[in-house]
Amino acid sequence: MLEKKEATMNKLLKIFLIAGGFFFLFSCENSSSQQEITSVTEASELVKIQTEVKMIPIKGGKYQPFYGEDSTLVEVNNFLLDERQVTNNEFLEFVKKNPQWKRSNVKAIFADETYLQDWQDDETLPKNANPDAPVTYVSWFAAKAYAKSAGKRLPTLDEWEFVAMADEELANARDKVSYSENIINLYHVKFREKNPVKQSAPNYWGVYNMFDLVWEWTDDFNSIMSTSDSRNGKVDDKGLFCAASATSVTDVLNYAAFMRYAFRSSLKANYTVANLGFRCAKDINQ
Amino acid sequence: MKKILGALAVVLLTFQACKQNTTNSEASSSNTNTMDIQVSGEPETQKALAPPFVQEPVGNRGAKKIIVNLEATEIEQELADGVTYKFWTFNNTVPGTFIRIRVGDEVELRLKNASNSVMPHNIDLHAVNGPGGGAEATNVAPGKEAIFTFKALNPGLYVYHCAAAPVALHIANGMYGMILVEPEGGLPKVDREYYIMQGDFYTKGKTDEKGFQEFDQDKGVDEKPTYVVFNGKKNALMGENALQAKVGETVRLFVGNGGPNLASSFHVIGEIFDRVYVEGGSKINENVQTTLIPAGGAVIVEFKVEEPGEYILVDHSIFRAFHKGAIGKLVVTGEKNPKVFNKVK
Repeated sequence: MLEKKEATMNKLLKIFLIAGGFFFLFSCENSSSQQEITSVTEASELVKIQTEVKMIPIKGGKYQPFYGEDSTLVEVNNFLLDERQVTNNEFLEFVKKNPQWKRSNVKAIFADETYLQDWQDDETLPKNANPDAPVTYVSWFAAKAYAKSAGKRLPTLDEWEFVAMADEELANARDKVSYSENIINLYHVKFREKNPVKQSAPNYWGVYNMFDLVWEWTDDFNSIMSTSDSRNGKVDDKGLFCAASATSVTDVLNYAAFMRYAFRSSLKANYTVANLGFRCAKDINQ
Repeated sequence: MKKILGALAVVLLTFQACKQNTTNSEASSSNTNTMDIQVSGEPETQKALAPPFVQEPVGNRGAKKIIVNLEATEIEQELADGVTYKFWTFNNTVPGTFIRIRVGDEVELRLKNASNSVMPHNIDLHAVNGPGGGAEATNVAPGKEAIFTFKALNPGLYVYHCAAAPVALHIANGMYGMILVEPEGGLPKVDREYYIMQGDFYTKGKTDEKGFQEFDQDKGVDEKPTYVVFNGKKNALMGENALQAKVGETVRLFVGNGGPNLASSFHVIGEIFDRVYVEGGSKINENVQTTLIPAGGAVIVEFKVEEPGEYILVDHSIFRAFHKGAIGKLVVTGEKNPKVFNKVK
């Protein structure tokens, strides 16, 4: 009997692991070790940089993350978000002023071996690269350092997803079939990251390129539980199964969001990836 | 009172005996012994062959350490003549590279995700005993590599597939393949072996509508495929790519079903399966006309070919075969055999 129960439990576990739920499990564990390393990065001095990018005020509100139930609304405060990603050119300026972030100087714990891998040398962008295309092959640590030197921070996962609910007309377009379909089709297209920023239409808020160029780092990319009120490492089974089974209408419509969570779950903070960039955010009353 | 106690004792004893019986039979049929099989010799890197071809049988070799390299890729290629689709694959083929090992082997599976991939990918092998079949251990970002090891405890033919979220999409795009775990001493020798997997595909355009076709989520959810094909392309096993055999040979087909949705009623027109390893497991059925392969399941069929000619492989849910592509061909050459088959007039 006991064995049977165990078998059923294993089966259940397997079901939600398979369905992509596995990334929830390790979130809290990771975030604590990440915080330790963060304090190390912050200790190294950063030279301030000036950026030209326009910041868009986002009026916060409550939103339903794709993984929750109806009752698990998450509050997002008003904040400012860069209208586009950080570009190759901007990141070049950053490493010139902060040589510890040059490719030949960066420490392996902060960026893996593919960091800025296509650059011709420490201060030369890749051949044929558009200087106004989003910078990629940057780690979470590098993105965080950049944001800090610009007097900003990375958006939280909830802030990012809150803005990602918008299409060109509505702040929340998640109920539109076309919204999800368009994103999923975009997500199938390769080498989008080579295109310059701001060539497509802005969304409801005036923010560009949420989906059509790169995946983006968020401050808490691997700690999905930080959005619920518990950070005690316990997994909310109901929420997981809701996300994992993806059977309800909301889940189907949020297929694109599901893909983003899957992508984030495959990352470690020192990873650098060909189609992964970032943009910065800021609290509104700073 | 004594009588009652005596009766009780008998009952208890019988109960105990029954219990022992079940544990014994469990032990003989599955894991307990195979876990103790020792591996020896140098690790061997498994050769990668494109379907429908498979590696040499394991034969009599002892258990070994085997290294399997798979790469998750996202490529545009033909789903039918003049129709292209964005496939997600293991090693650039649908189905992915066949993996062939024996029970007791210890596999080091290295899953690389191509650096130009858009998506994260992973692998769940149904031959694995462990959480997610390896999916959790191999969830890998573009350009990165994940490695995990497992010991093959259960012989049989198993499906593997990507289980990255959303799973249905990864499977619908062709991310599946098969792994064969041969029993100790190997499967009986045959003359020919081939590797076939059925899959259903969902495109925005109608069947055979030319040009690039996007994935259609609604058709996927409704389980209304525009294509049902063997080996990732309509007519992949037709024309010059037809399977070959000679009269008198025994053919073994490793047939899997990637799904994502449909079960397959697998049949070879003009042949009877002499032996069917039911659901890819250890039970053998004989003299079977059509065998059912569930989505995410597999079967091994064997038959001797007695008469030259063309034998058509189909999913006998027959609209799929002649309208959506679930059709392949086995061409048998050699001497005619009028005793077995003869057209009289």
